[in-house]
Amino acid sequence: MSQFVINLLFVGASFMLYIGIAIWARAGSTKEFYVAGGGVHPVTNGMATAADWMSAASFISMAGLISVGYVNSSFLMGWTGGFVLLAMLLAPYLRKFGKFTVPDFVGDRFNSKAARVVAVICLLVISTTYVIGQMTGAGVAFARFLEVSSTTGLIIASCIVFVYAVLGGMKGITYTQVAQYVVLIVAYTIPAIFISLQMTGHLLPQTGLFGTHTESGLPMLQKLDEVVRELGFQDYTADVSNKLNMFLFTMSLMIGTAGLPHVIIRFFTVPKVADARWSAGWALVFIAILYTTAPAVASMGRLNLINTIYPDGPSAPALEYAERPQWLQTWEDTGLVRFEDKNNDGRIQMYNEVPAFAETAEARGWAGNELVVNNDILVLANPEIANLPGWVIGLIAAGGIAAALSTAAGLLLAISSAISHDLIKNMINPKISEKGEMLAARISMAVAIAIATWLGINPPGFAAQVVALAFGIAAASIFPVLMMGIFSKRINSKGAVLGMLAGLLSTTIYIFLYLGWFFIPGTNTLANVPDNWLFGISPLSFGAVGAVINFAVAFGVSYLTEEPPQEIQDLVESVRYPKGAGGAVAH
Amino acid sequence: MADKEKAAAYWSANLRLILGSLVIWALCSFGFGILLRPMLSGIPVGGADLGFWFAQQGSILIFLALIFFYAWRMNKLDKEFGLEE
Repeated sequence: MSQFVINLLFVGASFMLYIGIAIWARAGSTKEFYVAGGGVHPVTNGMATAADWMSAASFISMAGLISVGYVNSSFLMGWTGGFVLLAMLLAPYLRKFGKFTVPDFVGDRFNSKAARVVAVICLLVISTTYVIGQMTGAGVAFARFLEVSSTTGLIIASCIVFVYAVLGGMKGITYTQVAQYVVLIVAYTIPAIFISLQMTGHLLPQTGLFGTHTESGLPMLQKLDEVVRELGFQDYTADVSNKLNMFLFTMSLMIGTAGLPHVIIRFFTVPKVADARWSAGWALVFIAILYTTAPAVASMGRLNLINTIYPDGPSAPALEYAERPQWLQTWEDTGLVRFEDKNNDGRIQMYNEVPAFAETAEARGWAGNELVVNNDILVLANPEIANLPGWVIGLIAAGGIAAALSTAAGLLLAISSAISHDLIKNMINPKISEKGEMLAARISMAVAIAIATWLGINPPGFAAQVVALAFGIAAASIFPVLMMGIFSKRINSKGAVLGMLAGLLSTTIYIFLYLGWFFIPGTNTLANVPDNWLFGISPLSFGAVGAVINFAVAFGVSYLTEEPPQEIQDLVESVRYPKGAGGAVAH
Repeated sequence: MADKEKAAAYWSANLRLILGSLVIWALCSFGFGILLRPMLSGIPVGGADLGFWFAQQGSILIFLALIFFYAWRMNKLDKEFGLEE
């Protein structure tokens, strides 16, 4: 059976599963559509949250990102540490509040239409920018594994999401995400276990990372350090000099994670407040399985690649191009690996072209780095590198698509409920019937999918920057306003609105200054290089600063203006105690 | 009112628990993993140092332990104070 047929079987079977679940879990009421009826078991919810949270980027790109070395540990700590904040600072209280969306809480807590509108705008910007990346990711995964154009792939993906998200709402999405989690985690760990066994003899990649490299007898990481050093790269485990930026970047990813609306709404679906706490823990368990495997995939994948190119060590002559393994050839066809023989010796030289290494390179007769490798192949090519059977490659295909689709569905639900519930039901037409609201939710979901598909096919130039924007806004606007709404009775609507605006504007302006105004290429005011950054803070790390600005403005304005009315203070009080989860809804 | 006092005691117990947990949260990630790493550089862990371990793996394990500990403590507090659902 050809690889193409195997991939088709795996992807097709997983799609049948998702659609089958969608038909079984159709939503019959708005409560089922928005929060799956509120009866999801915490372990189930944890699994769904994990799939919701782990996007195509986590599955395909993260190992590549952290393969740069220690400095990118920020992604590991940042993308998991946010769940601690969610569990203690947001999830149980928002669950007690008992409504359907994030702007719902903001609008009711501050008793302000302006606050609700700002929250809706932030939610739409965050979710829309994020969903484009997911749709593009799904298209790319299809193109690579099913040999269709990425546009065709994207349209197939949208049709599938359309069926199960529009039909099932949160209920359908929840159970589909559970299935998608299982597919993606199996797909991620199997090749990782094999590569760990080959390189370190450890069954668990997590212990293999700190284990001994079988071939050289040295600790794996020490071997990797030596090899990369000989090629002019920085040590894999080397410390960083700009600690402030690493600190703020990690912080931005943490509070951004805790402020992402599609993650927060997952905690509305459990039966009790106590379950919301457990559920955050279970979510992190399922996420940690992938996130502790990723650094092993990163370091072993990198060492493996270098060993392939330099079979006799980095100082001996490199591999002859004609003798390159089959998998390298396959990936050359996709354009993710490019070779150019700069010194015409028929061999592949891969090294870091930095001034400090120029002399060594010249002495070895090297005329420039000849192999450009896209970091995404670390995960995607893993099974081929480890010579695993074809079904594992089919599994990776299904896993990558599952990761992209599960996150896209969660985001689309957050978008559609903000439109149908916060804009239509709470602002434009409060008298809308339950049936009418559900129809509105389905229509806005369908429109959101159409727009996301269109944007995925014609991605605006900024697709690569969206993570900065989505996390920056979530960190600088949503997270602080929710936290202050729960932990301070004194914050009033003026403080909340001005705080959100201050956080939102300072962060977007800082990002636009370096990455281009509205991401239009060439319009950036300052070149995006560390020398230009304010105190060495990169645009990606500014969300944490924006959050501090938000807190400061909100407290300042609130204390200078009147206290919130008594009934709001009572609402805050009631949100803090789990007892009587119905109480907070009745007002 | 006794109910109000009880509620206030529950809330401050919650805040103390959150604060304690967040100190550990910050110490293991921002502390050992980033800022204090040079201090821990003398402690070797499998080809790297303890700070590297915290940054790549340790902090995630601590986060997990923290959330489950918090959930267990809080759910117990809910019952002690008669505030559970």
